[in-house]
Amino acid sequence: MGFLDISNVTKSYGNTEVLHHVDISVEEGEFLVLVGPSGCGKSTLLNMIAGLESITSGDVSIKGRVVNGVHPSKRNIAMVFQSYALYPNMTVGQNMTFGLEMHGVPKPERDKALADVAALLQITPLLDRKPGQLSGGQRQRVAMGRALVRNPDVFLFDEPLSNLDAKLRVDMRTEIKKLHEKLKTTIVYVTHDQIEAMTLSTRIAVMYNGYVQQLGTPKEIYDTPTNLFVAGFMGSPSMNLLPVEVAMIDGAPHAVTTDADGAPLHLRLHQQNLSEWAGRKIILGIRPEAITDPEGADRASSCIIPMTNRVSVTEPAGSDTFATMTLAGQDSIARMRADASVGPGEMFEFAINMEKAVAFDPETERRIVP
Amino acid sequence: MSAATQETAIRTGRIARTFIYVVLLVFALFYLLPFFVMLVNSVKPLSEITEGNMMALPKELTFAPWASAWSTAQIGVEPTGLRPYFLNSLFMVVPAVLICTALGALNGYVLTKWRFRGDTLLFGLMLFSCFIPFQIVLIPMARMLGIMGLAGSTAGLVLVHVVYGIGFSTLYFRNYYSAFPTELVRAAMIDGAGFFQIFWRIMVPVSGPITVVCVIWLFTNIWNDFLFGASFASGSKAPMTVALNNLVQSSTGVKEYNVHFAGAILAALPTLLVYIVAGRYFVRGLMAGSVKG
Repeated sequence: MGFLDISNVTKSYGNTEVLHHVDISVEEGEFLVLVGPSGCGKSTLLNMIAGLESITSGDVSIKGRVVNGVHPSKRNIAMVFQSYALYPNMTVGQNMTFGLEMHGVPKPERDKALADVAALLQITPLLDRKPGQLSGGQRQRVAMGRALVRNPDVFLFDEPLSNLDAKLRVDMRTEIKKLHEKLKTTIVYVTHDQIEAMTLSTRIAVMYNGYVQQLGTPKEIYDTPTNLFVAGFMGSPSMNLLPVEVAMIDGAPHAVTTDADGAPLHLRLHQQNLSEWAGRKIILGIRPEAITDPEGADRASSCIIPMTNRVSVTEPAGSDTFATMTLAGQDSIARMRADASVGPGEMFEFAINMEKAVAFDPETERRIVP
Repeated sequence: MSAATQETAIRTGRIARTFIYVVLLVFALFYLLPFFVMLVNSVKPLSEITEGNMMALPKELTFAPWASAWSTAQIGVEPTGLRPYFLNSLFMVVPAVLICTALGALNGYVLTKWRFRGDTLLFGLMLFSCFIPFQIVLIPMARMLGIMGLAGSTAGLVLVHVVYGIGFSTLYFRNYYSAFPTELVRAAMIDGAGFFQIFWRIMVPVSGPITVVCVIWLFTNIWNDFLFGASFASGSKAPMTVALNNLVQSSTGVKEYNVHFAGAILAALPTLLVYIVAGRYFVRGLMAGSVKG
């Protein structure tokens, strides 16, 4: 029994089920991120926790109390909206204390709560302004302040950073993380940005088509994606997914494929149980950072194998250089040190960290567990 | 910036602009001509008008026609002037506009933020009421007012105008509120505000422009209405428009054109005043929501 329990929750509009049997249990102080592409049901799920959407079947409980059908204001939650949803006719201070006022909290207490939160978020000088006079980042802070003032059991964030420009978004991301570490609050956070999901969360639920595809820590999601969707969705640039055939060479399973020039290529597979797949096709997933220049390879890995291939495009990104090459007939990306000497059209010797490679069953699209 | 290009740019602009302003001025003057005739003839003695020159400025300035129109002129059979009927109109238009605007705002709020099954259909039916000609409802309405005991009273007229105006006021507020972000309502719900608290604390404070539009529209229509006034409130309860008609149509004695002109201006004054005071919001309100920001 967790702090916030979502058990067997479904949502249907008429005959179409948009959320299918979602089970998530969130511990107190946890930062759960719901991530997925548009229309995957993550915002619907958040709204169901908030009480803004009805629950078709299943239970949502907060602190052991089932809150199905309980009015949003009586669930002891606070929500930060994508558009911030600040009341335009009220000052920042009035915006932040509106909820307390509606809950009948006496004015001296409201003022104290307001002063505390404003100091925490460093927005004290803004309290008498109207939302229209604030910048995007300031509005974002006020919206968070409005949630914090209530001191709720659960914070709900609905894509709070998607309206900010790139630089401010990174700053606010850090700020939210700091705030969470300081206050140890329970947060459910919806985003479609997988970097936000990776950096902020203690656990991630990757959603797609109304299903929770995988629920786990950021490291689990990143290193051992449960299926092809999660593998492709998480990570930027995304994981190279290569259709290969498994063959036994010298008693060890190898992936047989072709390089840029069409010549056969044998990559030694780390997972021994893949020998059962000999003669069949699998999809081999290799993260770009697992294909590097030899100097940049992970020294702790027990399975670094060399591979010579022709580079088609290089993209220096400052901190790294990305090299695109053809592997198994499709464009694949390698992530090299910034000063790796590689140019387009050249042959280059890469080092592949096969320990990090994952294999998927092409039929079920699920990961083949070692 | 070179002097030559600046010069030509300004010169061509100036010629075109002068032309445009002259044309506009002519149109404006032409448009104001009837009002000029009314104003000028309302401050002339009757003898000057009967001499035949309607356009001439008064040789002798007199405000007697105004005083007469207001307080002593013969309206029907009573020599009361327009004053009691002006008050009748005021007692009709103010409650009707207030009730109608309030109900329209409430309807708009419900139709956009508390959607229910069939709400679009309901709104469509309400819109339909905007397009029903007045004449069609005269007899059923008279029967209804009779049943309710409101026939021939100002309260009855208020009811008729509220019923008729509610379609328009709902249309205005619904369209205005549909551009209002629903997330704000959701945030207020989570904050614990109830149905009327959200309406009163969140929606109403931002409804200024559309309220002005709605009030101007309703005020003008209700104040200027003749048909309902003549049908449902004749005699001492008649509104200004009906009284003005009675003043002008009196069949006895000489036609006092100067008094008629003064009376007509008096009848038009309140709507004129509403436009002057709130007019700039009118355009702003009509535009509101069309462009975000």
